[in-house]
Order: sequence, then C-alpha cells, then structure tokens
Amino acid sequence: MIIYTTEVEDINSFYTLESLKEIYGIIWMLVPILTLVLGITIGVLVIVWLEREISAAIQQRIGPEYAGPLGILQALADGTKLLFKENILPSRGNTRLFSIGPAIAVISILLSFSVIPFSSRLILADLNIGIFLWIAISSIAPVGLLMSGYGSNNKYSFLGGLRAAAQSISYEIPLTLCVLSISLLSNSSSTVDIVEAQSKYGFWGWNLWRQPIGFIIFLISSLAKCERLPFDLPEAEEELVAGYQTEYSGIKFGLFYVASYLNLLLSSLFVTVLYLGGWNISIPYVFVPELFEINKINGIIGTTIGIFITLAKTYLFLFISIATRWTLPRLRMDQLLNLGWKFLLPISLGNLLLTTSFQLLSL
Amino acid sequence: MDKNVGILAMEIYFPPTCVQQEALEAHDGASNGKYTIGLGQDCMAFCTEVEDVISMRLQILHFISTLLISITVNGPEQLGNIQVPKRASYIRVIMLELSRIASHLLWLGPFMADIGAQTPFFYIFRERELVYDLFEAATGMRMMHNYFRIGGVAADLPYGWLDKCLDFCDYFLTGIVEYQKLITQNPIFLERVEGIGVIGGEEAINWGLSGPMLRASGIKWDLRKVDHYECYDEFDWEIQWQKEGDSVARYLVRISEMTESIKIIQQALEGIPGGPYENLEIRCFDRERDPEWNDFEYRFISKKPSPTFDLPRQELYARMEAPKGELGIFLIGDQSGFPWRWKIRPPGFINLQILPQLVKRMKLAFKFKN
Repeated sequence: MIIYTTEVEDINSFYTLESLKEIYGIIWMLVPILTLVLGITIGVLVIVWLEREISAAIQQRIGPEYAGPLGILQALADGTKLLFKENILPSRGNTRLFSIGPAIAVISILLSFSVIPFSSRLILADLNIGIFLWIAISSIAPVGLLMSGYGSNNKYSFLGGLRAAAQSISYEIPLTLCVLSISLLSNSSSTVDIVEAQSKYGFWGWNLWRQPIGFIIFLISSLAKCERLPFDLPEAEEELVAGYQTEYSGIKFGLFYVASYLNLLLSSLFVTVLYLGGWNISIPYVFVPELFEINKINGIIGTTIGIFITLAKTYLFLFISIATRWTLPRLRMDQLLNLGWKFLLPISLGNLLLTTSFQLLSL
Repeated sequence: MDKNVGILAMEIYFPPTCVQQEALEAHDGASNGKYTIGLGQDCMAFCTEVEDVISMRLQILHFISTLLISITVNGPEQLGNIQVPKRASYIRVIMLELSRIASHLLWLGPFMADIGAQTPFFYIFRERELVYDLFEAATGMRMMHNYFRIGGVAADLPYGWLDKCLDFCDYFLTGIVEYQKLITQNPIFLERVEGIGVIGGEEAINWGLSGPMLRASGIKWDLRKVDHYECYDEFDWEIQWQKEGDSVARYLVRISEMTESIKIIQQALEGIPGGPYENLEIRCFDRERDPEWNDFEYRFISKKPSPTFDLPRQELYARMEAPKGELGIFLIGDQSGFPWRWKIRPPGFINLQILPQLVKRMKLAFKFKN
C-alpha cells in the first residue's frame, strides 16, 4: 500500500530500539503482502463456489449444498481432500521439473496481483510499468506448463503441455496489443493512471467505449490465456485425458486447479481496471454532479466503496466467462491457433493503428 | 353301482396367469421387497427354462422387443399371417416414435459433450424423463418395457395417456427450438462439425450404412416408407434427408427426424381408433404336437403366457427402421417351437465400419478415453 512517510513516523513512536527497526520494516512489508494473498485466496474460493452454482443453474440442477451453508465451504473441502491424497511422482519422469512446473505457473500469476489497484491508493506496488509487469510475468506461465508436460514422462501430457504453451503464447500478442492501445489512451502504463484516466466522465469515461474492438479482443484473449472454454483443449477431459495435468495428484493437482482460477480472477480484475473504470463509481456526471466528488473521497468509507465497486465489476466479467464456459463447445487446436494468429492479431494491430491515429489527430 | 366307487373329492386348479412378486421373492430367497419395490408391476416375473419352456424361446423375442423393436413380433406375425388390430398398430407406432425421440436425444447429449458443450447433456435428460414417464404409465417400465406382443400390445393405454402424450409433444417442440437456437447456428459448433467425415451417397450404400447416416448422404431411404410396415402409410410425414454427407448433415437429419416423429405421434394420437389391443386368437396352442410342452406344468406359470408357435420351415428376414438404422432379424424356422437360426443385424455396429476410412487425412481433436 502506498504509505506516506509522516504516517510511518507517527506509528513508529512506540518502539525505541534501533535493531528492531529492520524487523519492523520487514513486518511492515509482509503485512500488506499477506493480506493481499489472503484476500486472493478467499477470492479463489468464492470463484470456485460461483462457478459451481452458476453452472448448476445453467444445467438445471443444484450446486454444492452440503459443505457449509449453501455449499460455500466446498472449495475448502476439495482442497483439504487433495492435501490428503498421495503425492505421486512418475518413476522415470524428471522429478525436479515435475515438481516445479505447477509452482511456476502459480507464482507468475500471484506476482501479477501486486499491480492491481483495488481502490484509490490501495495497491501493493504502484509501478510506472504496472501493466507491462503483468504481461511480462504472465509469459512465464507457459514455461511452467511445458515443464509439467515434459516432466511427466507421458506422451499425452507432453502433447498437452506443448499445446497449452502454444495456445498461451499465441494469445499473448493480441492481448499485449490491446493493452498497448489502452496505455496510449491513458499516456501511462501504470494501472493507477489508467483507472484515473477513466474517472472523468463517470460511466461514459470507461475505456470500454473508447476501445470497443479492443475490449472484445481482450476478452477473447484472456479467456484463451486462462485456458477456459471455448479454449480449453489442453486440459479437456474428452481430449487428452487431462493434458499436462494427467500425472498429477494431490496438492500439486490442486495447484493447477487453483492456478486456473487465480488466472481467471486476475484477468477479470484487469478487465475491470483497463476497460471498466476500476474503482470509480460510474454514475454519469450528467445526473448527479455532486456525487461525482465521491471519487476523490479517501478514508475508510471511500476505500471500502472502491473495493466493492471493483469487485462488482469483476463479478460481471466472471459471470460472463463462467456462462460462456458452459454454453459454447470447444475449439479444435488448429482452429484455436488460427483464431489467434490469423484473426485476432490483425484486428488488434488495426485497433492499435486506429488508436494511434486518433491520438495523433487530437494532438 | 357299487356305493364305494366314485369320486371322493375333486379339486380344480386354475393356474394363475402370472406369478405374484412376493411369492417369487419367497421362492428365490430374496430379501423382502427386492422384486417389488420400485417396479411398476407386481405380477411380473422372468421365467426360467424349467418353468415355461415355451415362453423361454419366445422370451428371446420379447427380450429384444423390450428394446421396442417391433420386428421381433413382426417376424413371427408375418410368418404366421397374424392380423394385428388397428388400435394396437397405432399404439405401436406411438411407442416406436417415442423411442426414436428418446434415442436421438441420447445421441445428442454425448455428441455435444464430446465437442465440448456439456450443458445439452443435462437438457436431454430432462426431455427423456418425460418420455420415461409416459412409458411407465403405459407399460410399467421406463426403458426396457417389454410391451409388444405377437398380435398386438401387452396392455391397453391407461385413461388420460393420450392427453399427456399430446402435452409432451407440445412441450418437446419448444425444446427442439431451444436446441436449434443454441446449437445449429453456433459458429464454433459449425467449425467443428461442418465438412468433417464426408460420406458420399455411393459410398454409403457400399458400406451398408443405414438410418440417418444414409439419409444424410443424399439417399432418401427410410424403411418406414419402403416396407410400409405398421400403419405409417396412414400418416402424413416426409423422409428427412440432407445432401452433404458430413457431420452437420447427420446432425440435421436426426434433429429433423425428431420433429417429424412428433408430427407422426400427434397424428396417431388424434386418429387412434378404438378396438382390441391384442389379437387373442393366436394365443392357442397346437395341441396335437408337442404334448409335453403343452402339459400342465409348463403353462401359465409366469407372466402373460406366450403362445407357442410352430415356426414353419422357412426363412424370414424382418427389418425395421430403428433410430440407428436398419435393424433386421433373420429367422429360419424349424418345424418345432424353436427356430433353427436367429441372427440380428445390428445397425450401429455396421454403421461403425466406415470409421477407419472417415478419419483418413482428417484433423482430429485428439480423442483418447480411458
């Protein structure tokens, strides 16, 4: 969190010893990180529950209802069960790669959470190149998938890993180009700046209206990067058994499962930040000009409202992606890559060109 | 007349036409309620060969006719020149078309699930449950209902069944519209399925395909129209066919066949005549021959007795349009109660032969199931 130095000195007044200062510094760094990680974990549990309830509603059945009231503890129950399962290592597989693979996939996603603003001045790391950090670090995830696929000593896992990596890197490029257009619009790569650039006109200030094509391409590309239907060939049950996750059991499998939902949460948050106006209350300024000032309110209430608004907008994208998963059939691998390279890439390039020319014209 | 000679007592025993399930439970030593709870009939029993040898032989016929194949009764009916009452014929047509709908629904679910859309799999069971309910009301069982008999059907339709069936038809038409909206125009679905697995018309005939696979390749061949069996000629319906011969064509043929079946069912429901539901005259036994099988111990022990049947010494191939294709039964009669040869032509298995040729030079989303 962004903390002003004056506040730090005030709070520091209760201790005296010099040597404690360093420990105190470390704890002061760890607390926000751990809070964020805790928040994200709870978020993943909520998303798992959401997915099961929404998919059950679409399929005309009831979701989980026994683990906790309304089944909200179901994800915890699944995780606990996975903890107790035997941790299998393939006998002739590459054990180191096999173990590190899922870890890399999860680490790269978790690191990207640090640049998301949940409210004004509520961000773990306000970097100048925030968005770029996400793009760069999320490109490490395919390496993790390749390691898992190769280290499993299984032809089909290897194929699945290759396909997953190919899919990931194919859809990175349209994603990056869309993000590039956004940074052009906001004159900055910092996520905070991007959100603040959307705060001027309330609802109509969203980047969604300035970049409609970019929004759609971003949606499709982020669904593909998360390996959700309609792009989930690498891990679909009907296809390669379970793709690169075949040989995994126990908590390592749980890591892949969690990584998938973490990725989804991350993508949803980025959609909110980039296109839907972040934490801004997006009431059109025409109707309530004085409420417009709320955007600048600090303090607990303002921050909490900001968090709620961010989460509400995130939920919109989550709902869309969950409903899409259970409605549409799957794309075949070559059709998937076709879509990424031959369709989305030229369109996103065109979008970038359009944005650049508009920026130039409105010099 | 000597006063001590005469009949002291006489007992007349009328054997029951069926066995109570409770008694069978006690006889088999099964736990209480094992044969009764959950079943629709309480006089239903599967006879063993000791109980009813005659019935055993025709049990084969009936077992297969539980899968709603009227050919098993058509065969002997043709052999023995048995007339089926009109009402029974209408009832059979309704049951056959309902089972065709159920079968096509069960094709649609896994078809979509293999492509990746898992939701239609739940939707089809919703509709199939309604068909099951209709079957259960009329016959007592949901799927393998053993309803067709030589000479008619086993029991008449209950009161109110026709209206329920009409309601089902109305509901199902809206269901089909839902499927069309969700699936047929979906570009992802079309990309997966269009142009895949093309079979030409000539090729289809050479490989011996039948059913929707044949009709999707441009051949207008439907055994219901060709053989004029049951009373399909009295209804106004068209053969559904497509030209391209790819997976989309087969999908469209089956979907439109479902709609066509609903049309037939509605016409049958509205035009069903009264009258008997079974031709009871054929249930007579050949008393001169096979006296042992006509003996007291072998008759009327189990369920509705099957007529013993002397299959004349000739062969017969009876076929019908099953949902999957042409289901045929080849029967060579021996001049006794037991046939000499009994061979079933499985439509699905024969349709599968073309698969190795279809996958040549095609891109497959890799399919490997444990």
